[in-house]
Amino acid sequence: MFSYYAKLALLSLKRNPLLSSLMVGAIALGIGVSMTTLTLYYVMSSDPMPLKSDRVFAVQLDSWSPDEPYYERDGGAPPPQLTYRDAMALMGSDIPTHHATMMHRGFAVRTDNKDLRQEYKSGRATYAGFFPMFDVPFIYGAPWTQSQDEAAARVVVLSRATNDKLFGGRDSVGEVAYLDNEPFRVVGVIDTWQPMPLFYDLNNGAFTETEDLFVPFTVPISKEQGAHGSTNCWKPEMIESYQDFLQSECVWVQHWVQLDTAEQRDAYQSFMDGYATEQKALGRFQRPLDNRINDIMSWLEFREVVGDDNRLLVVLAFMFLVICLLNTVGLMLAKFLNRAPLIGVRRALGASKKDVAFQHAVEVFLIGVLGGLGGLLLSYLGLLAVRNWYRGYEYLAKLNPEMVLTAIFLAIVAAIIAGLYPTWHISRIQPAVHLKTQ
Amino acid sequence: MLSMDSITKVYQAGVIETHALRSLSLEVAAGEFVAVTGPSGSGKTTFLNIAGLLEAPSGGRYVLDGTDVSTMKDKARSQTRNEKIGFIFQGFNLIPDLNIADNVDVPLRYRGWSGSQRRQKIDEALELVGLSARKQHLPSQLSGGQQQRVAIARALAGDPKLLLADEPTGNLDSLMARQVMELLEQINESGTTIIMVTHDPELARRAGRNVHLLDGQVSDFQPIEPPPAESDDHVAIVA
Repeated sequence: MFSYYAKLALLSLKRNPLLSSLMVGAIALGIGVSMTTLTLYYVMSSDPMPLKSDRVFAVQLDSWSPDEPYYERDGGAPPPQLTYRDAMALMGSDIPTHHATMMHRGFAVRTDNKDLRQEYKSGRATYAGFFPMFDVPFIYGAPWTQSQDEAAARVVVLSRATNDKLFGGRDSVGEVAYLDNEPFRVVGVIDTWQPMPLFYDLNNGAFTETEDLFVPFTVPISKEQGAHGSTNCWKPEMIESYQDFLQSECVWVQHWVQLDTAEQRDAYQSFMDGYATEQKALGRFQRPLDNRINDIMSWLEFREVVGDDNRLLVVLAFMFLVICLLNTVGLMLAKFLNRAPLIGVRRALGASKKDVAFQHAVEVFLIGVLGGLGGLLLSYLGLLAVRNWYRGYEYLAKLNPEMVLTAIFLAIVAAIIAGLYPTWHISRIQPAVHLKTQ
Repeated sequence: MLSMDSITKVYQAGVIETHALRSLSLEVAAGEFVAVTGPSGSGKTTFLNIAGLLEAPSGGRYVLDGTDVSTMKDKARSQTRNEKIGFIFQGFNLIPDLNIADNVDVPLRYRGWSGSQRRQKIDEALELVGLSARKQHLPSQLSGGQQQRVAIARALAGDPKLLLADEPTGNLDSLMARQVMELLEQINESGTTIIMVTHDPELARRAGRNVHLLDGQVSDFQPIEPPPAESDDHVAIVA
């Protein structure tokens, strides 16, 4: 009977195209708005490394001012970045499975190919442990080695897009790229890799593109270069040289560790606290002992990647969907009751209440599917608008298969909820009453 | 075929009670052609609704084809209505979006028959009413008489034992009315019991028996005179 009822539903929709369009449109509008906000929220709050997000940690040491905490919230939490000297001290630990201090900076890049113009590329200076810790996939070559880290070797790992641009996508391992006019040997090319949110450095936004290239952290240090990020200082200090800056209390580098077991985590916490206690003895770390490791999801929450505004927006969008559904209930009721005489005929010819309810439920289902498809189109347009109007949302405002299925499912559920009362109502009316109105 | 014993029907609207049927008792044998007449408000439509299981009686006992249907639940009533009763309405009540074949198909769909079974029954029913060539037409493309013949085909397609007709010629001109009446007589001759509500004394006269309703009860008064014994000039009667 489903196909029969589907045919009747199509006929019914065609019979009154204006009313049908209003119903489908109301659901589509509600779904479109809800899915646009939900998609943004979903990507914002999704786990960028689901397989090991609970084993990779951002490190916080409280080297901040004794007079006031860095954050007022979360019990006066420590700063989100570390001083260079503290990060280097942590790099001396052999407890983590992998660890890496890092910073963001840009490079002017060219090759020996004279046809290519020099371009400015975003880069990340980090340690070799960055790649295995974050499961970065390689298509050519491999990360540089620990000894190359120590030697500040001029080696570079390129992103796939950068390799495509500089070397036509071929295996460029061993070739030379010039970074700020200095030759660097390509040791690896990574595949497309875009964790979202981009959790490991939130200074430039959580929804930006991964870097175009990666070099050892020691390279910019050896060249006395700073970070293209956020540098925060609390102590009035005479900084007259790069070495002064490196030894200052300014926080400007990120530090991540991979700790696979509870024992490792306990040991690392002890290690951090021990280091802080030593520093206290040297007159630093004057605040109460508060050193933290935060797994990725906790880190995103702590850094308020998904703000209360986003949650409120989702709630408002769903309230709008409810309003659309209430309108749909009214429209459906009007449509179904308008057809009551024909239902009376069907009842007289043998349709039970259940048959009538099923017939209308199929129509409601069809309205839901059409509303879902319309909602998807509106969501697509909504996300397109978000991408075009708001910088930094380019990688965020995209529909993925999960959200497409969610939209269809949500539309069908919404239509069924909206259709429950009209369907129940039409199936309850006595056939004789219907026939009298014919 | 149909046995009603002390059937009552009371409609309640707030504190106001309307007694549509007051202890109506009626027996209709299988194969009979009964005309039900009566003035407006006498309970004809209510009687037909109860006879067709479209409404439940407030009291009394109703036995249809040997089964007490007075207290049946909706599903069983719908099934009985579908299998044993055919309806013909004054306003034809065809479904405007469906073509003729699909209209005839409606009661068969609820019977749960296979596609081939239904197609065969549709063909037979439309052939009986002489509209096989119009299967793909929409109701709006047919004349009133043709539409009523489609309604008759729809009522007959499921081989009902009882045909209930509510003013079946009320919306037709005299020629069409005569054709429809002849069709009903032909159907009755094949063994189908027919109960026809009508205001038309000429039509009532052609039925095998007349039942006159007055104030929700069967009245002893018979306003319809039997037709002349030797007359078979239907045109003269209708005119």
